[in-house]
Amino acid sequence: MQLLLESLFNGVAIGSVLLVAALGLAIVFGLMGVINLAHGELIMLGAYTTYVVQLIFKLPALQPVYNAYVLVAIPLAFIVSGVVGILLERTVIRRLYGNPLETLLATWGVSLILQQFVRSVPLAYAAGLVLALVLGFSLPIILPDKLLEGPRARLVRAGSWLVSALAGVLLAGGLASQISRIARATSRNVDVTAPKWMRGGIELSGMTFPVPRLVIIVITILAVLGITWFLNRSVWGMRIRAVTQNRSMSDCLGISTDTVDVLTFGIGSGLAGIAGVAVSLLGSVGPNVGTSYIVGCFMVVVLGGVGNLFGTVLASFAIGVLTDLIGAGRLLSIWPSMPAPLASVVDFFATTSMAQVMVFALIVVFLQFRPAGLFPQRGRMVEA
Amino acid sequence: MNVSFSKRLVAGFAATAVGVSITACGGGSDKTANTDFDDTVTVGILHSLSGTMAISESTLVDTEKMAIEEINAAGGVEVDGKKYKIDYIVEDGASDWPTFAEKSKKLIDQDSVPVVFGGWTSASRKAMLPVYESKNAFLYYPIQYEGQECSNNIFYTGATPNQQSEPATKFMFEKSPAAGKPFFLVGSDYVFPRTSNTITKEQVKALGGKVVGEDYLPLGNTEVAPIIAKIKKALPDGGVIINTLNGDQNVAFFKQIQDAGLTPENGYYVMSYSIAEEEISTIGPEFLEGHYGAWNYMMSIDTPASKKFAKDFKAKYGDDRQVADPQESAYNMVYLWKAAVEKANSFDDDKVREALIGIEFDAPQGPVKVMPNHHLSQTVRIGKITKDGQFEILEETNGPVAPQAWNQFEPSSKGYACDWTDANKGEKYKL
Repeated sequence: MQLLLESLFNGVAIGSVLLVAALGLAIVFGLMGVINLAHGELIMLGAYTTYVVQLIFKLPALQPVYNAYVLVAIPLAFIVSGVVGILLERTVIRRLYGNPLETLLATWGVSLILQQFVRSVPLAYAAGLVLALVLGFSLPIILPDKLLEGPRARLVRAGSWLVSALAGVLLAGGLASQISRIARATSRNVDVTAPKWMRGGIELSGMTFPVPRLVIIVITILAVLGITWFLNRSVWGMRIRAVTQNRSMSDCLGISTDTVDVLTFGIGSGLAGIAGVAVSLLGSVGPNVGTSYIVGCFMVVVLGGVGNLFGTVLASFAIGVLTDLIGAGRLLSIWPSMPAPLASVVDFFATTSMAQVMVFALIVVFLQFRPAGLFPQRGRMVEA
Repeated sequence: MNVSFSKRLVAGFAATAVGVSITACGGGSDKTANTDFDDTVTVGILHSLSGTMAISESTLVDTEKMAIEEINAAGGVEVDGKKYKIDYIVEDGASDWPTFAEKSKKLIDQDSVPVVFGGWTSASRKAMLPVYESKNAFLYYPIQYEGQECSNNIFYTGATPNQQSEPATKFMFEKSPAAGKPFFLVGSDYVFPRTSNTITKEQVKALGGKVVGEDYLPLGNTEVAPIIAKIKKALPDGGVIINTLNGDQNVAFFKQIQDAGLTPENGYYVMSYSIAEEEISTIGPEFLEGHYGAWNYMMSIDTPASKKFAKDFKAKYGDDRQVADPQESAYNMVYLWKAAVEKANSFDDDKVREALIGIEFDAPQGPVKVMPNHHLSQTVRIGKITKDGQFEILEETNGPVAPQAWNQFEPSSKGYACDWTDANKGEKYKL
């Protein structure tokens, strides 16, 4: 019983990391059909945001509320990755809709650029740049329409960008002078040290549940619930689904498909940012942190059935449980009296590398029989 | 026809690359404009400045530059009564092994450097080896590695397994708090951990101990949950974990074993072969306190030479920087090359190679000596990681240990050695 419980927990723990990382991709790739190879780097940006937020909370003024830095990091990471995602959509991906191969190559290029960007640009300046971008894009939306009309409109727009740039410079300068660790560019990995309450494990009837894993599971659950609610209940969510199912008809009915594209991509990218907060609890944060998740993300989305959130959830937990069952050699402990030849095969695959091979092989076999994944999409769009 | 065209194309590309590298690094002019030199000699530095390995390898570039500047400030290299100022060309291996080979060719053929200091991963060394052998050039390689190699064209200044892992295994089995307990081996899935662990398994068997499991994490994967589950099952009452994980994987591993309760307080002691001061500060000493490491150089060595090395490095690159074993190796190899050139009184590869053997140097770790197998005799130290991120040195070999290029525990190389001073012996001969 305990064995089963431990195995299940481990599987869920591995699966929830996969799920939180893949959730954004499930939207971007699943709903929009965009193969975004820079998704991993959006996760990385979220992780770096967490790092910067943590350093800011280490300043003497904020020291008393240090423990709460995660609560600030999550929305900020969402915004940072979301804005970068929107920028990416507006400048690159939008021009390549309908050309999957070109999109793939272009986003791969973007991922390399982003990796080298965090190596070569001091984080303080990167934070300033992001603030300037966020303000620059949001000021025209916030400002009353009256100001943006008439002869002085251009002046106002230029002014708002000027103000944003100034704010960015101020933030960059302030951060660089206060926190020396982010004033210089570094290619080395940095560490996000979780506060005390998020470290260690909880002992329960002879088993240890690592707290960071529990936190990630909670973040994942909240993210899944949030996005499900958004897609199914909110007005914009329904518009997104409408555009996914029939773009031209939605267009005819007055939905601005252009805005929907931006919003969908932004939300998908923002979710990648939240994933960044989660993975920073497990390992270190570095330019390459995204590349280690990207393959898993695509695997989960494809296995679950492109365009189906529930499929993504199920697929990631299935992969998590399988990885643990095979990799940790649990089959042998569940069934110790296994015939010898079988036992030696199971033993052979009971290493992390071989488990990965096995899981990939199983997925390939599965996709032979169900090429569209666990939950294939049905409806007009597919038939057309 | 076709060949000559592609050759020209390559030359064109290479010329562009040179142009770019010159504008990018601005060569290696140092600020102390010393006019007493008669001539300049340009050496090659080849490490990854971008990509995954940049984190580690850029520290070697820093140290090599520091050594070169020190030598220049002290009057440069003297050959044939002429004083040469050392200049350098830095090339980026980009964490990509074929690039290392390509840039080696460029440094040897186009820049005609007499020596290249470079590499970190075994994969990059294996990629460069054929280049140096075919062109009969010379590579100085500064990293502790798995051994089982002895090239006439490479000089290895890092530790061989008998200068790091073997004394460490012995210490863990005999003197650590987990003495006599079973071993579990964890590593990244590539050549160094696998070879190192084969040696450790043989050695533990010879010592009378037991290895109850091993597992390898594919490079780039940071999901360590299954490994932790296996360790818990294999070592229910604590024991020794030998860790040869690479880079970021260590962070995930140490953070998560602590969360899972595999701590020194509960009887689990990790001995790591790839964790030096630099890594400790990245991972965070709070996750590593009480675990062990084995190196030739540790920043906490209490000698004037060691302190000066650390102080000079910090003065040059910032107070928050650390020095560690790989950097010390890189520092030593520049000085050893200088000594060999002066002894040979020539920059000629063959003469320098011959002169190199037997050279002694007072390194930050203590005296080191170049042995006939192109490796270095070095002192081995075992340290326990403290709260402030340093090693508390618990044991130190009595003087330098001679390197074994061919390991004596590994069955395939047992009974073999390497000696380049004797034409009949060479790369691999039976003892």
